[in-house]
Amino acid sequence: MNQVFMFDALREATDEEMEKDSSVFILGEDVGHYGGSYKVTKDLHSKYGDLRVLDTPIAENSFMGMAIGSAITGLRPIVEGMNMSFLLLAFNQISNNAGMLRYTSGGNFKIPIVIRGPGGVGKQLGAEHSQRLEAYFQAIPGLKIVACSTPYNAKGLLKSAIRDDNPVIFFEHVLLYNLKENLPDYEYFLPLDKVELVRKGKDVTIVTYSRMRHHVIQAVDKLVKEGYDPEVLDLISLKPIDIMSIGNSLSKTHKLIIVEECMKTGGIAAEIIAQINDNWFDQLDAPIIRLSSQDIPTPYNGTLEKATVIHPEQIMKAVKSLVNI
Amino acid sequence: MSDNIILPSRLYDNSIVDYETMLNLYQDMLLGRNFEDMCAQMYYRGKMFGFVHLYNGQEAVSTGVIKALDNTDYVCSTYRDHVHALSKGVPASLVMAELFGKETGCSHGRGGSMHIFSAPHNFLGGFAFIGEGIPVATGAAFQSVYRSQVLNESKAIRVTACFFGDGTSNNGQFFECLNMAVLWKLPIIFIVENNQWAIGMAHNRSSSSPEIHKKAASFGLPGIEVDGMDVLAVRKVACQAIHRARQGEGPTLIEALTYRFRGHSLADPDELRSRQEKEAWLARDPITSFKNYLLSNSITNQSIIAEINAKVKKEVDNAIEFALSSPEPEVKDLKRYLFAEDL
Repeated sequence: MNQVFMFDALREATDEEMEKDSSVFILGEDVGHYGGSYKVTKDLHSKYGDLRVLDTPIAENSFMGMAIGSAITGLRPIVEGMNMSFLLLAFNQISNNAGMLRYTSGGNFKIPIVIRGPGGVGKQLGAEHSQRLEAYFQAIPGLKIVACSTPYNAKGLLKSAIRDDNPVIFFEHVLLYNLKENLPDYEYFLPLDKVELVRKGKDVTIVTYSRMRHHVIQAVDKLVKEGYDPEVLDLISLKPIDIMSIGNSLSKTHKLIIVEECMKTGGIAAEIIAQINDNWFDQLDAPIIRLSSQDIPTPYNGTLEKATVIHPEQIMKAVKSLVNI
Repeated sequence: MSDNIILPSRLYDNSIVDYETMLNLYQDMLLGRNFEDMCAQMYYRGKMFGFVHLYNGQEAVSTGVIKALDNTDYVCSTYRDHVHALSKGVPASLVMAELFGKETGCSHGRGGSMHIFSAPHNFLGGFAFIGEGIPVATGAAFQSVYRSQVLNESKAIRVTACFFGDGTSNNGQFFECLNMAVLWKLPIIFIVENNQWAIGMAHNRSSSSPEIHKKAASFGLPGIEVDGMDVLAVRKVACQAIHRARQGEGPTLIEALTYRFRGHSLADPDELRSRQEKEAWLARDPITSFKNYLLSNSITNQSIIAEINAKVKKEVDNAIEFALSSPEPEVKDLKRYLFAEDL
């Protein structure tokens, strides 16, 4: 066991998979000589060379399509979005050719591509660098979407994503790269489609993902001292939602709070609530509470930016509104 | 469109094309034409639906380029893809069945006219959006280089032929991919089928610099203009480009000047193009010209031509029969093919 930064955990996962399978390669802006804007690909270029750690020109839609073309002809590309927001430029290729090409071709081709990079609200990076695209991508058929939140799950999930034969969008968070955690020395994989049980409890189910997991933990630490017993699930898989695990937890607690960083409108929580309504409605003792970011572009000013996302105080308040102890 | 229609000169060069190949070229163009004519018939009889974009008039480009490729080379097309698929060897029956939406179609009825795909024939699609196939083709070419340089596979470099139209030459993906193809010396041939029109938009009205092949110079690759109604001329420049690519010298841009005899799609009333313009191009029908060339130079005779005509007619008739008698996909298979696990 040794303490590993999140960005190193991602790098280790990438390095291990590239070593094992020479059809795996990385492409993106500044992944090579520069080592990646968040150091995820540091030193990989000197180990694997120009073609396997490919520095691309600034042409997101085209290099995304190029990655897809290489995937359908037998390679396994990992595309790094320098910031996931930039992938808005690649929406055409991600929707039509990553998500839909296998189906539209009647199964002629498979697209084993991983699209990864940092998203989320950072520290005063301005609206365009503070985007959350998970809600935009979640409706695209044919995609898998995961969000890592700790060095441990980042490594295990990225390895699984690289081995998956389907297109996987892999969300990291700008503010989590310097998290440190003990990682096992042995090789491990984590499933792309299951929640992570963060804390077992019985009062209320709190479902969250990415950076908000840490705000939930901060809130829960305080709540536990006051006698509350929340169950915390980290979604991990944003598409498909592991609704079974959420439903099973709900069958125990009968109360649900969802804490997300995407905008409220049409967000991940909105989808979960709809799915709970479909098959788990009877388990609810109260309406589901969703705590989401405001439906506004992220302002530059620090106080305003803080007011855009959810913080532990709001999570505590929501729990107390649902649970009587 | 101006009254001065300047037509490129013809250049026939039969020095390197043998007899067998000549007949194959003729047969391939004829198959393309007959197939598309049959599509029009079937569409109006309610057997195929949606947006169907026919290739009539452009056969010399498909045949000229694709018949110079090996089976292991890749072709990437657009929504005007039926004839590219046929030239690449996708059986007419599988393409027709796809157009009829049948389970036996090359895309199992999930794609339709604009989404012809065939992995066994290295036919990479079939794309509805302008330009979106160009990066995919660039990726296939990158894969060729990767296999050779990283995976150390010693087989010959597989070349990718990427087709698109004049309208697409104003799209960002075109320029972005020209840049990357030259940067990494990718074995790709970009073929612009300049048929002068993007639905109702005349090329000169949308392009500040209408001579598309000249744009290649800005990126550092050769840009060749060719008479797209002359199958031997197209084949000649295609062979040169393929050779370049296989030698590791990188990409080529070929601008084939051609014309579509029908509207943009079967839904297009085609009212904007003048009768005079259409007649000028119809007079240069690539199949008629090539047939006349073969006959007047005594390369072959009328009875061989008649044999080929009959053979092609039979092939298309068989394709119709196959498509008509094939089953529809079942609704229980609605979600099949979504993920790699769904076989």
